[in-house]
Amino acid sequence: MVPIAYYLVLAAVLFCIGVMAFLLKRNIITIFMSIELMLNAVNLTFVAFAHMWHQVSGQIFVFFVMVVAAAEAAVGLAIIIALFRVRQTLNVDQVNLLKN
Amino acid sequence: MNPQLLWLIPTLPFAGFLLNGTVGRRLPRAAVTAIALLFTALPALIVAQLWAFMTSAGAPQTLSVASAPWIAITGFHVDFAFTVDHLTLILLGVVTGVGFLIHVYSAGYMAHEEGYWRYFAYLNLFMFFMLVLVLSSSFLLLFVGWEGVGLASYLLIGFYFTKDSAANAGKKAFIVNRIGDFGFLLAMFLLIAHFGTLSFSGVFAQIAASPVSSPQSGGFLTAIALLLVLGATGKSAQIPLYVWLPDAMEGPTPVSALIHAATMVTAGVYMVARCHVLFNRSPAALTVVACIGAATALFAALLGMVQQDIKRVLAYSTISQLGYMFLACGVGAYSAGIFHLMTHAFFKALLFLAAGSVIHALGGEQDMRRMGGLRKRIPITFYTMSAGVFAIAGMPPFSGFFSKDEILYQTFSHGGALSLLLWLVGLLTAGITSFYMFRLWFKTFFGALRFNEHAHGHAGHAAHAHGIHESPLVMTLPLMVLAVLAIVGGWVGIPAALGGLNQFEHFLDPVFLGGAMAPLAETEPHMAELVLACVSVLTALLGAYFAWLLYSRRPGYSKQLVEANGATRFAYTLLDHKFWVDEIYIRGIVQPLLAFSRVFLNGLVDTGFVQGFGTGLALLARSLGAVVNRVQSGNIRSYAGWLALGAAVVIAFTIFIR
Repeated sequence: MVPIAYYLVLAAVLFCIGVMAFLLKRNIITIFMSIELMLNAVNLTFVAFAHMWHQVSGQIFVFFVMVVAAAEAAVGLAIIIALFRVRQTLNVDQVNLLKN
Repeated sequence: MNPQLLWLIPTLPFAGFLLNGTVGRRLPRAAVTAIALLFTALPALIVAQLWAFMTSAGAPQTLSVASAPWIAITGFHVDFAFTVDHLTLILLGVVTGVGFLIHVYSAGYMAHEEGYWRYFAYLNLFMFFMLVLVLSSSFLLLFVGWEGVGLASYLLIGFYFTKDSAANAGKKAFIVNRIGDFGFLLAMFLLIAHFGTLSFSGVFAQIAASPVSSPQSGGFLTAIALLLVLGATGKSAQIPLYVWLPDAMEGPTPVSALIHAATMVTAGVYMVARCHVLFNRSPAALTVVACIGAATALFAALLGMVQQDIKRVLAYSTISQLGYMFLACGVGAYSAGIFHLMTHAFFKALLFLAAGSVIHALGGEQDMRRMGGLRKRIPITFYTMSAGVFAIAGMPPFSGFFSKDEILYQTFSHGGALSLLLWLVGLLTAGITSFYMFRLWFKTFFGALRFNEHAHGHAGHAAHAHGIHESPLVMTLPLMVLAVLAIVGGWVGIPAALGGLNQFEHFLDPVFLGGAMAPLAETEPHMAELVLACVSVLTALLGAYFAWLLYSRRPGYSKQLVEANGATRFAYTLLDHKFWVDEIYIRGIVQPLLAFSRVFLNGLVDTGFVQGFGTGLALLARSLGAVVNRVQSGNIRSYAGWLALGAAVVIAFTIFIR
């Protein structure tokens, strides 16, 4: 049996990679993917704890998160496509029309 | 008689003001006139009833009515309270009676003017405040009326507010009066500090009860009296604050008759007479009043000699006659002062209204150099105005003779060298008064017709292009009533020396002698009074003779006289420029004050401090904002970075510190 700490460390590493990617990358699709990465890191902790305590509620949470993530992906990708059509770029630093 | 009726006397004109002031613009002129006249006639009727009641046998000497406390703080309270005594009765009669006549006249005079409703609303407002002034039984309520008539005067002087000169004249009247009001306010503060009350009865009872020879209270009373005199000089246009009254002639002529001749400007005299208990305890203040009065009478009469504008002659004559009233009060002859106040209200209102009728007939012309020969063209105006001229000149048996003579006699018999000097000044003024009034009379009504009907037919007074014409009945009727009053008004005060009973003085005895009846036995020799009367009549005749000589017999002679030599030319220039008083005031007071305001108040206090405080605060907020602004970069990733950092700090805190 794999100790719970392994799962948690893996999840923390994945989450930090997601955060760093979110902060450092300029390509909006990469940023989008980093958000997915963070969500899935959290999902991993959920199922790890669910397994540890032999309770099903953690897994149900994961389903909810996946549903939300799927919806977010649909909306977000649609926005990205629309944005690309207008601005011909995926660089977030150049998408600053509302600033000032 | 129900004393509660007293409330109605001022509130009815106020209701008229509210009605005309709010909906008058939409009402037809007839309705506006009806409202204004009705709400002035009703108080006159109440006053008539009041007269009948107060003069009936066994009537109380005062009638009072008070509301619930108006201002009530620990140790000091003022009520809304009205009191009527014989002095108030006379003022009430003059204000409502003459006021009503002038309202009637106005309906004709203003018939073609713009802002008809506004005019009558202001006029009713004036009546309201004037009645509050004379009815009030405390200094504070008197002050309310005092300020209110000032406001109404301001509004009516500036009635033709599109004219710069009228707007400026209104402002001048208002601001000059502020100086007087400052004195009045200080006097009230001193009264509160010393007596703890502002009601007339309270203050005067305490003064009467205090010992005569306490030096500290004497100086104190003098201070209060002098401050009150300052207030009176503002409202009653005495030296040094008389300068606003000649300019006030910019208002419509009936306004000059009502406010600047008959009623408002006499408020100062009324106030001094009302405070006679206070003034009697301060001989110094009385001397000041007498000197101011005599000086003003002579000074204004001199200026009246050279004016060319018919209304300005009357304005200076009003100042001069007010000086007489002050002189009377100053020598302790309060009832003589009030007597002259009453007769003056009659004949001066008459003179102004008649002058208005002349102006009306000439389509707005006010310059006497373009009048003349109007006797046959406007006969009613001529005859009524003649009554006024004879009255003010002091010709027996017209009313002005009795009142003016009473003042001169009382001054003469006051005793002391000063009173002899004051009497001489008064006598000289009487001669000059006669001179300039007959000058006006001859220049306006006699000689050749100098008015060019065709040149003036279309200009000036709106919609009067039919040449010289007599005024309608609505204007001549008040003239006739006032002419009768100007003739017979003095007969109530015929002195004993001339075979009369001097009822007027005895009528006021309850007020001025504190309830003690005057000694009815007239044992003093009448010889002196008779001689003095003859002297003053002769002086008046002399003045009239000179006027006839210069302006009727040899019309060009006055110019020759002026050009005769350097001294006369200088004297004429001096008078023509009114001793440069206006210029001196502007250079000496107005301009330094303006400079002070501009440099110190505007430059330092307003721009430097007030505005600087605001700008400083704004600068502080901006510089603080500039620092904090950096955080709000608008870059999503920097926000996310801050968020992550914050989360990390919270986690670190929970794990390691707790």
